[in-house]
Amino acid sequence: MLLPIKIALFAILGLLGVSLYGLLVTRNLIKIVLVLQLLVKTAVLALVVAGKVNGQINLSQSLAATVIVADTVVAVIGLALAVQVQRRCGTLDLQQLASLKG
Amino acid sequence: MLQSIVYGILAVGMVVGAFQAIRAPRLITAALWLAAVSMQLAVVLFLLGAPDVAVIELSVGAGLVTVLFVFAISVAGELTEDLPTIVPRPLAASLILFVIIFLTLFLLPTPTPVPTTAEADFATVMWQQRAVDVWLQIALIFAGVLGMLGLLTEERVPVKKPVQVQPEEPVFEEVADVAAH
Repeated sequence: MLLPIKIALFAILGLLGVSLYGLLVTRNLIKIVLVLQLLVKTAVLALVVAGKVNGQINLSQSLAATVIVADTVVAVIGLALAVQVQRRCGTLDLQQLASLKG
Repeated sequence: MLQSIVYGILAVGMVVGAFQAIRAPRLITAALWLAAVSMQLAVVLFLLGAPDVAVIELSVGAGLVTVLFVFAISVAGELTEDLPTIVPRPLAASLILFVIIFLTLFLLPTPTPVPTTAEADFATVMWQQRAVDVWLQIALIFAGVLGMLGLLTEERVPVKKPVQVQPEEPVFEEVADVAAH
C-alpha cells in the first residue's frame, strides 16, 4: 500500500505545481476559475490521501464532499461574475480590466 | 504491482491533463481537459477506498462543472488569442519548480499508513459527527443559487415616460386679494 500512496503524493505535487503555474500565467477570467478548480481537485486528493494514511478515510470523505460543494459554488459565482464582466466591459482580459478607470 | 501501474498511469494522466487545460488556446478545449482530469481523479479516489466522494467528484466535478463552463463560454464568447502573460513564463516555471522541489524534499519520508481502526461508517460521520458541515453545504447551495439568479438576470432599463409640462397656475387672484386688503 505504500507505493500507491507515494504515487498519489507525487500526483498531488504535480497537480499543485501545474495549477500554481496556471494561476501565474493565465489572463482570462474564465480560465482562472478553471485553474481554481484544478487547485481544489488537488486539495480533495490530498484530503483523501491524508485520511488513508491516518486510517480515517470516512472523515476525510466527509470533508472532501464539503470541499467539492464549496468549490462548485465558487465556480458558479465566479463564472457568473465573468459573464457580467464580459457584458459590461466587453473583455475578460485581466490586464485590460485592471487598466479600466471610473 | 498492477495496482501501482494503474495509479501511475492515472497520476501521469491527471498532471498531463491539467497542463493541457492550462495550455489549450480555446476555452472549450480547456473545459474538456478539466473534465478528463476530474474523471481520472474520481477513479483514483475510488481506488484509494473513498467511493462516496468519488461518485460526488464524478457527477459534480466532471458533469455539473463542465456544463457550467460550457454555458459560461457560450454566453461570454470563445476567445482563442494567445495573450502574452503578465509574469514571464520562465520566471513562473522556475518559481513553481523551486516550490515543488522544496515540498518534495519535505514529503520524501512518506508517512507509514496507520492500520485502519474501527471507524464509524460514512453516513454516521457525515450526518452525525459532521452535521455542521451539512448545514454549511445547504447554506452554500442556497447562496450559490441566489448569487447566480442575481448575477445572470438581465438589467432592465426603465422606460422613460414623456414628461408633461403643466401650465403654471395664475397668481393674479392672490395678488388681487392682497391689493384689496
